[in-house]
Amino acid sequence: MNKFLMSGNSIIGEAAIRAGCRFYAGYPITPQNELTEYMAEHMRNAEGGIFIQSESEIAAINMIAGASVAGARVMTSSSGPGISLKQEGISSMAACELPGVIVNIMRGGPGLGNIRPSQGDYFQATRGGGHGDYRTIVFGPATCQELADLTMDAFDLADKYRTPVMILADGMMGQMMEPVVFKKPKPRQYSNDFILRGAGEGKSKFIHGLILDAIDMEEHNWKLARKYGVITENETRHEEHKIDDADLTIVAYGTAARIAKGAIKRLREHNRKVGLFRPITLWPFPELQLRALSQKIKNFLVFEMSTGQMLEDVRLALQGYATVWFHGRPGGAVPTPAELANVVARYYDKKD
Amino acid sequence: MTKTIFKRPKSLKENIFHYCPGCGHSIAHRLIAEIIDEMEIRGVTIGVPPAGCAVLAYNYFDVDMIEAPHGRGPAMASGIKRVLLDRFVFSYQGDGDLAAIGIAESFHAANRGENITVIFINNAVYGMTGGQMAPTTMLEQKTTTTPAGRHKSLDGYPVKVCELFSQLKGVVYAQRCTLTSPAQVNKTKKAIKKAFQCQKDGLGFSLVEILSPCPTNWKMSPVDACNWIDEIMSKEFPLGVFKDDSTTTKKDREAV
Repeated sequence: MNKFLMSGNSIIGEAAIRAGCRFYAGYPITPQNELTEYMAEHMRNAEGGIFIQSESEIAAINMIAGASVAGARVMTSSSGPGISLKQEGISSMAACELPGVIVNIMRGGPGLGNIRPSQGDYFQATRGGGHGDYRTIVFGPATCQELADLTMDAFDLADKYRTPVMILADGMMGQMMEPVVFKKPKPRQYSNDFILRGAGEGKSKFIHGLILDAIDMEEHNWKLARKYGVITENETRHEEHKIDDADLTIVAYGTAARIAKGAIKRLREHNRKVGLFRPITLWPFPELQLRALSQKIKNFLVFEMSTGQMLEDVRLALQGYATVWFHGRPGGAVPTPAELANVVARYYDKKD
Repeated sequence: MTKTIFKRPKSLKENIFHYCPGCGHSIAHRLIAEIIDEMEIRGVTIGVPPAGCAVLAYNYFDVDMIEAPHGRGPAMASGIKRVLLDRFVFSYQGDGDLAAIGIAESFHAANRGENITVIFINNAVYGMTGGQMAPTTMLEQKTTTTPAGRHKSLDGYPVKVCELFSQLKGVVYAQRCTLTSPAQVNKTKKAIKKAFQCQKDGLGFSLVEILSPCPTNWKMSPVDACNWIDEIMSKEFPLGVFKDDSTTTKKDREAV
């Protein structure tokens, strides 16, 4: 298979088109502009491909909702402030059970923040993000190869569960270049029952999230909850790195996990046995898998480019069975592996 | 021999409208459904109802429909239409939906010349939420959020959608009409038909603004509400065709 050297943002675009995405709408925001530009150039060359530069992120998410219900594979992308604007539409897509892929190339926040890589949108992504009782599947890729693979998988899962799926990466992932191989996409499996193309001679359909009767709305919520339960059971993914002999395990995702791997290399050179637990799905969080580790490892350190968001999920997962430390660099600061190694070494040396 | 001169359009379901007595929505619904029947496009039409009193339009129209979040109808309709070029796509919107929260989505769908039709119900008030000020509320008009009347220095001026949108090159057809008499109802029906025909011919964005009575929130009888439209509201919002580029656009298209 051919290898390509591409930037993360372009890889997401190429993977999406190869996965059969034929409708993209987006609004410029740094640090994800290369993705919008990639789609502008390449989507129009793809057979049946449609690109719209929307007037806002709100319009973009509603355009992809419309294109989704019309039967297309759809994607939009943005960064922090723009993702906040999209939440109304993401909630609506979750309610109406419309598939679609939303890419968040995170930047420093809150507010306008800055355009440096950050991981401050974890809560927003993994708790639904918009109003109401729903979740989105969230992937946290850590390599350009994973950007390609998980983007393709995101479309499959969006269809399989009829739900919005988010790719949660950051400015570092979006801007970096790495060689990548695009896997062969699976043929799309999606029932015509959920597509509006006009009623023809048959019965008309309507798709809506407005359910005025409380008991009916309750049942809709439980139906969604059951679906999220099935997703949690079947789609949770994580990576374990050098944990067989580890006395301390770093828990990190995305760019932070890359830094952690560099730190672990340094720590092991000085005989500190440190491993990495890396959630690949941030929702569903690999809770049971992490808890199982606490049988033999009693020291965990959560490292995030935030003030501690995934930290809460780690504490919930470990249920007090192990010690949990935290190191964070919010606001767009990106530590070096050496810095993290120093921090981890201090904790390592004072552990029981 | 008896001759049927009036019947329920096939594109309307058997459900009884929930709209208040004297409300314009039910007439507007029927007109759209009649035109869908006449143009024989029931099977290829997709409608996008708004948030507002007409949020339940899918209980009445017997065509495929998907509800849009408040104001986002034209964005959603753009997405549908771009994927399904040969389908009829219409967005049905109120004044808050189109001219306040959704002005950006409506304006830019119009400016892109999306080949969709927007039916715009202007009743100068937020109906569903209980009669608050709309962007089209008249100066001095009392609403629950303008209890002393809409004041220009505090609340701004009524937004004139047809005047505004007819400036956009992407808009091929824009007409304002009303429902206050059988003659006006017939004119409105013709306007909707013309707008749908523009879409059928692939000419671009078509808009029909309908001045529509809201007796409940205006606190008037249905007859007084119609009179208020004729005597007061239509002075601020004059009826008529604001733009009709259908002939020239059609010629240009044919030349290409």
